[in-house]
Amino acid sequence: MSVEASEVVVLPGPDLNEEKHGIKEAARRKLSSPWAVLVVVIITVLWTIPTVGLLVTSFRPAADAQNTGWWTFFRNPAVTFSNYAEVITGGTTMGTGIMPYFFNSFAIAIPAAIFPLILASMAAYAIAWVPFKGSTWIFFGIFALQVVPLQMALLPLLQMFNLGWSIGDIPIFPDLNKEGSQQSLLAGTYIPLWIAHTMFALPLAIFLLHNFMAQLPRDLMEAARVDGAGHFLIFRKIVLPLSVPAIASFAIFQFLWVWNDLLVAITFAGGTPDVAPITSYLATIKGSYGAQLHLITAGAFIAIIVPLIVFFSLQRFFVRGLLAGSVKG
Amino acid sequence: MDEILDGLPKLGSAAAAIAFFLAFLLVLFLIGGRIRGKLQGPVAIAVFLGPAAILVTMGLIVPAGRTIYGSFLDAGQEEFVAFDNYAWIFETQWGTLTNTILWIIIAPLASTGLGLTLALLLDRMKRESVAKSLIFMPMAISFVGASIIWGLMYEYRPPESEQVGLLSQIVMWLGVDDPPNWILWQPFNNYLLMIIMIWIQVGFAMVVLSAAIKNIPSDVVEAAELDGAVGWKLFSRVTIPMIRATLIVVLTTIMIAVLKIFDIVRTMTNGNFGTQVVANEMYAQSFVQFNQGHGNALAVVLFIGVIPLIIYNVIQLRKERAIR
Repeated sequence: MSVEASEVVVLPGPDLNEEKHGIKEAARRKLSSPWAVLVVVIITVLWTIPTVGLLVTSFRPAADAQNTGWWTFFRNPAVTFSNYAEVITGGTTMGTGIMPYFFNSFAIAIPAAIFPLILASMAAYAIAWVPFKGSTWIFFGIFALQVVPLQMALLPLLQMFNLGWSIGDIPIFPDLNKEGSQQSLLAGTYIPLWIAHTMFALPLAIFLLHNFMAQLPRDLMEAARVDGAGHFLIFRKIVLPLSVPAIASFAIFQFLWVWNDLLVAITFAGGTPDVAPITSYLATIKGSYGAQLHLITAGAFIAIIVPLIVFFSLQRFFVRGLLAGSVKG
Repeated sequence: MDEILDGLPKLGSAAAAIAFFLAFLLVLFLIGGRIRGKLQGPVAIAVFLGPAAILVTMGLIVPAGRTIYGSFLDAGQEEFVAFDNYAWIFETQWGTLTNTILWIIIAPLASTGLGLTLALLLDRMKRESVAKSLIFMPMAISFVGASIIWGLMYEYRPPESEQVGLLSQIVMWLGVDDPPNWILWQPFNNYLLMIIMIWIQVGFAMVVLSAAIKNIPSDVVEAAELDGAVGWKLFSRVTIPMIRATLIVVLTTIMIAVLKIFDIVRTMTNGNFGTQVVANEMYAQSFVQFNQGHGNALAVVLFIGVIPLIIYNVIQLRKERAIR
């Protein structure tokens, strides 16, 4: 009678705000006590305070931010936008501003969310609806691939991008070095990041989308096949449109995952304003300008505002993706 | 304005890549769609499964093999050194290993415990969604962002000057005269870093467990209540057994995330002051010390740590499929 893990892993997950099942309202209210409310309120406040501190500090004048606690702001409110101006333009202290990195994050995260989703939906369709020997085996194999930590793939992949790969004389991935130079053609582009994020996202994406697609009605597929539709047509006209909820959830999940990633970013993009994302920039300024609280808080707020907007506007999808994606790694 | 204009080509190149990718697939689909007869199935499998299979093989399977092999080679990946790299880990990296073990025990248990408490408390409340959103919000923030947020909380100033970090100030309000420099305060700084992870993960545990609690059939709860089970008894005899599987999934999921924890340690202390963990040491060995043998061996240690957790999940998954 226990709740199976499927309820956590299978799309679509339950919503944050809906109360479809469960204990009746009356019972719920009866059990509710002022103490429970108090505990919840305290924890909620505790959980929110750190972020409020960041937001408040980012709007305080430099001297105030560095010499007094942010909570004194409420006694002595002085607001300035110059921290943001300085972080955006780079100002006198910080060299390049945050904007190149901000755009890099978009340029990395949007394709890195779309590529794996499309490839994963295709693979998930093949495993679920194209009958062939060994499909179950492949399904378990893909799920089990999550055992490989990102860390294991970093060095070999980096070598592949920089020096190419071959098995004996057969080239698997071309050596993209310009003649005589130590620079790969891929250096300074987003391509290694897109490829790496796509590779790392595939196992989970295939697993989740397969779970969703396998539940589509069999009659529908058979009717389409009787009408003479091939796999390519069925996938485009039936399976893709019906899978939009699952795809949307995972797209948001993957976008946030890539946006917030640091490890893949600093491994494949370094720290240059050409390609490095905003997380990489934040880690750098935290190290170099840690004392300039007014600047790093403004930078951090610019970096987290995008995920926060995505989160609050698409919370329902995000929660679904998260419930489904609880095994991402 | 210039900053924004400079960014447009970047978005343009991303859009071009997406367009190119879609165009390529379109051509593939147009060709594949024309094929009829016996070849249709095999062609569909090749086109649908092929790209993902190639990427997963090149990106995960082969690298995993190469990393395992490379963990038996020296720093420059030239000479075979057998288990020297592992010997190095167990001889010199005890601090790193024990920190990582502390992390994978404390952070998941604390996050899941607190998340479960919140899920139970909220389950009985009317306006739960505001609290849930706010507690869940840190999940959307990157580890780096979270580290900056908490760096501000832990900021140290000498006790005679005005305080900037909230934690120091609260401790002083409570009557402690000279709060420690939190981030340097060994060994407790480890726990302060764990608090950041817990802050992020509690929302996740709460949302998933809350969904599981809502899925408990109401007749089960009503029957238990008729039999006189209330409060703690209802919780320990009915609620917990009913959500056991979900609890374990939440716990193992957070464990896997914690095992690979990197960003928080790197941003807060870079592994200094006795806070090093395996994932950050792995990065430092590979990309700072350029000792790929050590780096690979540390990656394999992570791999070995994740294996039991994933095996458990696969067994769980097979059980479920058998039920269906």
